[in-house]
Amino acid sequence: MSDETNRRISRRDLLKGTGAAVVLPVLERAALIGASPGALSATPPFSSSSGESLLPEASPPSLSPSTSPPAFPPSIAELPRPRILENLSAAEGDLLEGIMARLIPDDEYGPGAIEAGALNYIDRALGGFLAGEREAYRAGLEAFDRYCRMSRGGPFLELSSYDKDSALIDCEIGSATGSGAGFPGTSTAFFNMVKGHIWQGVFGDPYYGGNANFIGWDLIHYPGVRTGVSAADQALLERGELPPVRRSAYDSGMFEPAVVRRNTGETEERSARNEQNPPADPGAAREPEVRLALAESGEPGAPRKGGERGGSW
Amino acid sequence: MVTRLAPTDVVVIGMGAAGGTAVLPLVDAGLEVVGLEAGSWLTRRDFAPDEIRNNVRSWPMAVKKADLEVPTTRPNRNAPTTRPSGHPMMNGVGGTTLHYWAQAWRLNPWDFRVVSETVRRYGASRLPEGTTVEDWPFGYEELEPWYDRVERELGVSGQAGNVEGTLDPRGNRFEGVRRRPYPMEPLRWTGFHEQMAAAARGLGWHPFPGPALINTRASEGRGACVYHGFCNGGGCHVDARSSPHTTTIPRALETGRLTVITRAHVTRIDTDRSDRVTGVRYVTDGQEFFQPARAVLLAGHTYENIRLLLLSTSAAFPNGLSNNGGQVGRHYFSHHQGAPVTALFPRDIHAWYGLPAQGVAIDDFADDNFDHEGVNFIGGGNLWVMSDRRPISAANAGTFGRAPGWGSAWKAWIRENADRIHSSYIQKTTLPYETNYCDLDPEVKDPLGLPVLRVTAEFRSNELAIAAFTQDRMEEWYQAAGAVEVTRGGLGGAMGLSTHAYGGTRMGDNPETNVVDRYGFSHEIPNLGVLGASVMGTSGARNPTLTVQALTWRTAEHLAANWGAITGE
Repeated sequence: MSDETNRRISRRDLLKGTGAAVVLPVLERAALIGASPGALSATPPFSSSSGESLLPEASPPSLSPSTSPPAFPPSIAELPRPRILENLSAAEGDLLEGIMARLIPDDEYGPGAIEAGALNYIDRALGGFLAGEREAYRAGLEAFDRYCRMSRGGPFLELSSYDKDSALIDCEIGSATGSGAGFPGTSTAFFNMVKGHIWQGVFGDPYYGGNANFIGWDLIHYPGVRTGVSAADQALLERGELPPVRRSAYDSGMFEPAVVRRNTGETEERSARNEQNPPADPGAAREPEVRLALAESGEPGAPRKGGERGGSW
Repeated sequence: MVTRLAPTDVVVIGMGAAGGTAVLPLVDAGLEVVGLEAGSWLTRRDFAPDEIRNNVRSWPMAVKKADLEVPTTRPNRNAPTTRPSGHPMMNGVGGTTLHYWAQAWRLNPWDFRVVSETVRRYGASRLPEGTTVEDWPFGYEELEPWYDRVERELGVSGQAGNVEGTLDPRGNRFEGVRRRPYPMEPLRWTGFHEQMAAAARGLGWHPFPGPALINTRASEGRGACVYHGFCNGGGCHVDARSSPHTTTIPRALETGRLTVITRAHVTRIDTDRSDRVTGVRYVTDGQEFFQPARAVLLAGHTYENIRLLLLSTSAAFPNGLSNNGGQVGRHYFSHHQGAPVTALFPRDIHAWYGLPAQGVAIDDFADDNFDHEGVNFIGGGNLWVMSDRRPISAANAGTFGRAPGWGSAWKAWIRENADRIHSSYIQKTTLPYETNYCDLDPEVKDPLGLPVLRVTAEFRSNELAIAAFTQDRMEEWYQAAGAVEVTRGGLGGAMGLSTHAYGGTRMGDNPETNVVDRYGFSHEIPNLGVLGASVMGTSGARNPTLTVQALTWRTAEHLAANWGAITGE
């Protein structure tokens, strides 16, 4: 994969026909999103002259040049995985990955939460939908590491696997709560929050930055997101013969991502969509614009310019 | 400053299951209608099969008005209140039907006659202590034509069990007499459903596929169900699920007599000096409007119906609109749907694709379908086994004590068992009680400074006894089907908030115990009608929406047919 593949491409560049050296069809891009943090973060992001944060974007297939991008990215296990954290500090990221490696480890049953990019999911969400929980992460991670030093004689990452697990169990069952480590609420609440988000990152749609290479879905043999399942498909499933679909809900361009404003939690779509009557053809009305918008952001909460999308909706 | 808008015939507050349905018979009768909706339009493109958006983050693409006015709750008046983080209902054209399960039950005849039937068969002493339950002002037979009407207007699939007295063993032998079969065949079953049905028959029970407000055949621009597995909490990208935003509202808009105002946050219903409502006030983006109307139909969800009446005080109605009899907020109850039973099977059950409305029902233990001489409750529960699974929730399932909740041992467990767990859904007869009610919270307010609702309600011994009894039956069923583990949830306590919220503006002939009359119009204000489950006095053991819509159609046609008498013109 070339460095240029990893450049962050703005839709404006696309529309002007400038800037983007390689334009990935939607399907491949989403696969790359799935494969991040490594794939998309190999080079640092850049900003446009307007200061707009440029997030990975792509064109609908019809706008793609006829270059042949790789049919499928290599396994995440084969990629270098430098991290670009937008919200968590490097130390927080390390500690979270240390926790993930115990909760859903990379083992004989397959890759784990780190390999699935659950850190990427959480980091991006903490700048968007989960922004309200950023402080709970900061304080909770600090308290947890302090608890490990107090009770096990060292920071979490330096503990033996046995001590790591026993410290996590203390945290889970709440016995770390009154330890003086300084959990903002109960240690159980912190544990459940982190575990819940890791599970979302591993088993949720790869669109949100986790579930790289469908690691989570493969683990539980989820046969994949389909827009329809016929009786024949169901019969194949019951015979163990239905091949899994490996794609995000947003790969096809059929659906519009929900983008949440960082501060208000209100969706930008809503503020722009104040029409008093339904679109004449709800199934197709906004398709061209939305295909472009699809790639605009991997995460609700990513900053976007108001009014940039245009159109009447 | 309040902007006074041009008058209309009828203003309908809320464009959900009730209000969004009412608009069609109103405009068909030639009335001019304004529909006020707090949310906005959503379309197929908003309905991604995305568990994070739909189930984890609860529709970030929707207007979140309801979440700003979540009621406080407490089990009884001696307990402190708590406030849930989210609201069970949502805003949007179509309301919560945008992502509801769409089970489309008619109530059974017993549900309309709980008091008289219980007294007749078992004696008055069997009515639970403290209940305020009444017979409905009419029986099932009165509502049957309206059930039939909405089943066809809105599109219901299902298997009839009793057409004009002829029983069909494929359907529900306990249902009320129907004039004709459902317009569409039922949703298909999977192999697991067939196994569960066979196990039920082996126990001597009568399994059948439940009815759904979901197309099994494409019609009029709406597709047939695609069973893709994201129906529970997600929107339908082929419009197979019946929601007013794709059924009645577009048809009503075509007449030119309906105007839908979105993002309209209704704050009160106004009255003149007499006993008539004059219109509705709402706020959009900080601007206040007054929409005059000759009649008002209040069609929010139960909590908002009650709250808006209590907020709309005036000199003539100092305790809230239509509340001089003190009945607004009384006879409230939320459906007992908890106390689930969960099973582990020794084989995959292939539940990744499907939907909550696709399943096997058992009505043998509902209502008065069995002899209650030997049990300590009246009513009962409907057992429901469905096909519904998504990856995040599957990976969060319990391990029945067979594995830890994380680590390598958990991975070994979940890769084997993610598709082997099944949880049942049991809806139970729930009754109103003297001590369960809703009023305005004395402290907690919404961002406009208006008090939120306070729910004071808990299940009583009748509901808990049904829960225990139906858990026994469910465990029998699972074991007959080969489950290797069965666990039970707690029997329940506080009622809490629910999508199945009933009462508060109950319908009945007696104005001293009811807010609206048998047609859904206020006993105190002739040109104010109320739509929704807030008028229902009993729950039955099944989902309320189709009954709400049958009542809605009846109220709307009654309004049109009696326009002069109701509006005083």
